[in-house]
Amino acid sequence: MTYSDKVMDHFSNPRNIGELKNADGIGEVGNAKCGDIMKMYIKVKNDVISDVKFKTFGCGAAIATSSMATEMVKGKNIKEALKITNKAVMEALDGLPPVKVHCSVLAEQAIKSALWDYYEKQGIDPLPILGKICNQNSEHDGCSCCT
Amino acid sequence: MSHIVYADNAATTPVSDLVLNSMLPYHSNFYGNPSSLYKIGREAKKAVEQSREQVAGCLGALSNEIFFTSGGSEANNWAIRGIGYNLAKQGKKHIIASAFEHHSVLNILDVLKKDGFEITYLNVYKEGIIRPEDLKNAIRPDTALVTIMYANNEIGTIQPIQEIGNICKEYSIIFHTDAVQAVGNIPIDVKSLNIDLLSLSAHKLHGPKGIGALYIKKGTKILNLIEGGAQERGKRAGTENTAGIIGLSIALKDACDHIKERTKKLSLMRDRLIDGALKIEYSSLNGDRKNRLPGNVSMCFNGIEGESLLLKLDAMGICASSGSACTSGSLDPSHVLLAIGLPHEVAHGSLRLTLSDQNTEEDVSYILECLPLIVKELRDISPLWEKIINKKVKSF
Repeated sequence: MTYSDKVMDHFSNPRNIGELKNADGIGEVGNAKCGDIMKMYIKVKNDVISDVKFKTFGCGAAIATSSMATEMVKGKNIKEALKITNKAVMEALDGLPPVKVHCSVLAEQAIKSALWDYYEKQGIDPLPILGKICNQNSEHDGCSCCT
Repeated sequence: MSHIVYADNAATTPVSDLVLNSMLPYHSNFYGNPSSLYKIGREAKKAVEQSREQVAGCLGALSNEIFFTSGGSEANNWAIRGIGYNLAKQGKKHIIASAFEHHSVLNILDVLKKDGFEITYLNVYKEGIIRPEDLKNAIRPDTALVTIMYANNEIGTIQPIQEIGNICKEYSIIFHTDAVQAVGNIPIDVKSLNIDLLSLSAHKLHGPKGIGALYIKKGTKILNLIEGGAQERGKRAGTENTAGIIGLSIALKDACDHIKERTKKLSLMRDRLIDGALKIEYSSLNGDRKNRLPGNVSMCFNGIEGESLLLKLDAMGICASSGSACTSGSLDPSHVLLAIGLPHEVAHGSLRLTLSDQNTEEDVSYILECLPLIVKELRDISPLWEKIINKKVKSF
């Protein structure tokens, strides 16, 4: 199992790392038992994700995929941002080892989870817009529910 | 990156100059097949037999009780398969093992299980040590074999081998021990310990990869491993790995000759490393502190994940390993850490540093300099750490 140079770059120098004060939406997916937790903070202005930050507990791929995902959604309007799939995140990182694919799914879900919080705070029902989020927070789902 | 601090000696070790130089003539000058009659063959044969004697000498065994294999995994597979299937003919299909054996033991036990064997796995408790009374209670009239590792490969805990050997002798049960991590680190006398079979490997002792041995006590009935020529008394056919065998014997002798001074040096470095690393808050040592291999440090750091810790250490030139899920290629952390009762979330943050006599006090200082910085860096970006310090989740 080896990581691409891009994965190593995003792991070693993660972009958009940290927290956002007065975030418009905060989402968290994953759980400690499974070994990865991603927390995303977003700022939304006129339907555009104007800023995004993250904190991640997890392996190299978990940190790299969160970093790449934040970079890909930053500055995009929500509709475009929702089109970014885990596959797109993986491709942008020049691929992931098969056992790490679930990290990219988690990164996609983390963005959605932050948007979910944003819509709820706006009094808008997120379900028709975002669909169901797999957040691994339920122990019953097991660690690979997203794959 | 100019300097590498190699602290993964339980995974493998560099071949020492002494070993390498002793091997070279058997690749170039004495390349003859040890079974051939001419001089370069006879020389090779002589060296193989001298090596066998030397290996036997280090273990308190006889030279005709030493069988060379391709390594520790082969020796473990052979011992369990060869004893198990032989005794199954007498209706003995029960085997006792510890819960945290190496995969080369656990996975062959799974194969036997599919063939109708029953396996009892002994609890290793939080200390990472089996209890002899549990072994006694597990013994049945149909018990064919007890297989318990000498020292654990991940957490380094040493098992009560003398007591296990005595119990097995008392009940006339064959006792195999996977001593891959122990040989060369702990003085071993197979006769006084009542060991019937013992697996060892060269590359954990500054020897070459691809060579190991199985000690089989004289008179122990075991099925052949490889059919073919008459090598290894017909039990394990195949042209001998002459240079490897020489390398194994030189490496083992060197380790056994210097065992006292090296144990002393290694234990001092290990203890400084443990004490230093334990200064990091929310950290803990895995397994018993006293009964552990002289070079083994296995710890958990709450709130971070082992693989990212390894990658950060690697970037600083430090080679280490982890039992986290992410490094095991599965979604579960190592069976060893789970066997000593660690919850998944803690086991994910494990780190193993294993020293050899080629390490220095400077290496230890360098690791202790880097480790707290890396742990802090990863905790600073960890939402789990945030929960731990805000007491939102239980820490350990």
